[in-house]
Amino acid sequence: MKQQSTGATFLRIKAVGAVTTILAVAFFAVASTPSWAQNGTVKVGVLQSLSGTMAISEVTVKNATVLAIDQINASGGVLGKKIVPVIEDGASDPAVFAQKAQKLIQEDQVVTVFGGWTSASRKAMLPVFERFHSLLWYPVQFEGNECSPDIMYSGAQPNQQILPALQWSMELGKKRIFLLGSDYVFPRTANFILKKHIVHDGGTVVGEEYVPLGGTDFSSVIAKIKLAHPDVIFNTLNGDSNVSFFKQMAAAGITPAQLPVMSFSIAEQEAHAMGPSLVAGSFAAWNYFQSLKNPMNQKFVAAYKAKYGRDSVVDDPMVHGYEDVMLWAAAVKKAGSFDPQKVRAAAVDLEWQNSPMGNVKFADNQSLYQTAYVGKIQPDGQFQILWQSKEPLRPEPYDSLAFPGRSCPAK
Amino acid sequence: MWHFPIIAGQVFNGFSVASILLLTTLGLALSFGQMNVINMAHGEMLMSGGYLAYLACKFVHGPAAFPCAFLVAFAGASVLGALLEVSVIRWLYGRPLDTLLATWGISLIMQQGARSLFGAIGVEVVAPHWLDNSIVISHGWLAGLSLPYVRIFIILLAAVVLVGLVLFIARTRWGQWLRAVHQDREMAGALGINTKRVDLIVFALGSGVAGLAGAALALISPVTPTVGQSYIVYAFLVVIVGGLGSLLGTTIAALLVGLFSASAQMFTSVSFSDVLLLVMVIVLIQFRPRGLVAKRSRALQEA
Repeated sequence: MKQQSTGATFLRIKAVGAVTTILAVAFFAVASTPSWAQNGTVKVGVLQSLSGTMAISEVTVKNATVLAIDQINASGGVLGKKIVPVIEDGASDPAVFAQKAQKLIQEDQVVTVFGGWTSASRKAMLPVFERFHSLLWYPVQFEGNECSPDIMYSGAQPNQQILPALQWSMELGKKRIFLLGSDYVFPRTANFILKKHIVHDGGTVVGEEYVPLGGTDFSSVIAKIKLAHPDVIFNTLNGDSNVSFFKQMAAAGITPAQLPVMSFSIAEQEAHAMGPSLVAGSFAAWNYFQSLKNPMNQKFVAAYKAKYGRDSVVDDPMVHGYEDVMLWAAAVKKAGSFDPQKVRAAAVDLEWQNSPMGNVKFADNQSLYQTAYVGKIQPDGQFQILWQSKEPLRPEPYDSLAFPGRSCPAK
Repeated sequence: MWHFPIIAGQVFNGFSVASILLLTTLGLALSFGQMNVINMAHGEMLMSGGYLAYLACKFVHGPAAFPCAFLVAFAGASVLGALLEVSVIRWLYGRPLDTLLATWGISLIMQQGARSLFGAIGVEVVAPHWLDNSIVISHGWLAGLSLPYVRIFIILLAAVVLVGLVLFIARTRWGQWLRAVHQDREMAGALGINTKRVDLIVFALGSGVAGLAGAALALISPVTPTVGQSYIVYAFLVVIVGGLGSLLGTTIAALLVGLFSASAQMFTSVSFSDVLLLVMVIVLIQFRPRGLVAKRSRALQEA
């Protein structure tokens, strides 16, 4: 694979002018010097939005990532080296993510990067990581349909979050389902997959509506929901649209008890920020809840609160950001090297039993085996766990019903 | 699917959307119509109204909080508008492109300022309990129709503001000056009207009304740093469809846009109804390039 792309690069050098050739040669000189791991320290990149609309969510993931790095350093580092995080701001702009990813790899010579939240930011960074054969650890649930050898996808694949929620709903006999989402790639793809499975499992899709990102008026959508008489709403709205939606549902006199809402983008952070009373009684599906009762989780929550304040809450993407660092460190130890290719190979099949979110393991498709949970939002903004999958689920980047015949490229 | 309560409910929703649009647009119609100023920061006046209402509710409690929030939103946004006029816009009269660029910059500054002050996630204004319920009609041919009090309140607020503005313009001395400046700025100036002060008042008033829109909007959705952005495009649409500087035209256009989106959203999706709305506006300006109610004004002819 490496050879292939070197060949392509040489073709490009032939095709373009002298200036580019010089630049390309310079780049090769830089890229081929493994100057990482000097002076007893090793640099890793942390790339999240610290400004702009996504900052509110991504800063917390950055915090959890830094917490993990601190903990590893406190216990002696990795391979005898102290980890130095180079923190960059993606500014809620996919183009900036790509630019900063390149800067981290080329200028800072980081050995790996932890970061990204929106699918748009991941899609923008992907070509950068593939070009440099570096490694990105991506912590957020997403729509699947992607399988890059240079990304470790620890966030849930559709079959680890959305489909378990459907299974839960069907088990309860809630078979008339209304799909509501913001108008962008994640809700569209998630609902495409859901529709196939709802029909396959004998349910009915009684409505499907999309509202532009940031949309605030739900009067027509609510009128359509009333007409459709669903048993449950599957909600993939993002951000503030959720507040408008829940507020206007309440104003229209529809309570969560009458018509349950299952949300895929509301975790502890969002419930906390929106005001828990607004969403109390509705449901969410994740692979982690702060209320999980295992000793490792209690330690993690306590450590986070000790570092970032007693009132802070933790949620699913944050714990993924934390576990990504821990799994990376374990993979480095196993490989005996910081080289991204060796770390990537070592990470596969590496198991972490009793992690804060339970047993996890990277599958050969570089996504994470993890357990799915369904929780109900309590008036204090925490989740009461109602349901969980029997075992950690194998990640499936390509849904077999929605995208038959597609799979990750063989290595 | 098409039974009566649903249609009636959508008409009602259309009026409620139109009311917020109307409040947002009135100020724009005045400043655009009178001063030929394209104020890209007008949406941020709405946003600041929302945040001011939020702050007022934080510091004032009890039954006074609610009227207080609206008062603070109106007064605060007016002051902001006046500051904007005195510090930037006054110096750029007759240079519409420069004004556009300058106000756009101000809009960006205000958005990032709000983000730094209040965070990227929206804050909310909790409506008092007497606005929590809705009128539910359970008998007769409208059975099943439910009208949330919050939305009724917003419609009433818009109506009151509209009537107030009309009376202000038609019946007061300031209104007379305003009309004079609107019709012929130089002549009005020659007759001893302080046109600069009239401009200032118009601008402050328009911003204040946008602030009221922000406070009203805060009752049904969160106030975010970018909330103004989602309304400014519609507001300009309404101004253009309605005809520059005409309150009657603005009102008709706001109702048209509100009712059109509410009904289009029932037949198609929310995103597609926006497309239809824009198509409708394009077709409409082909036939009425000066808007529904075209006003004759020397100020605009020169522009």
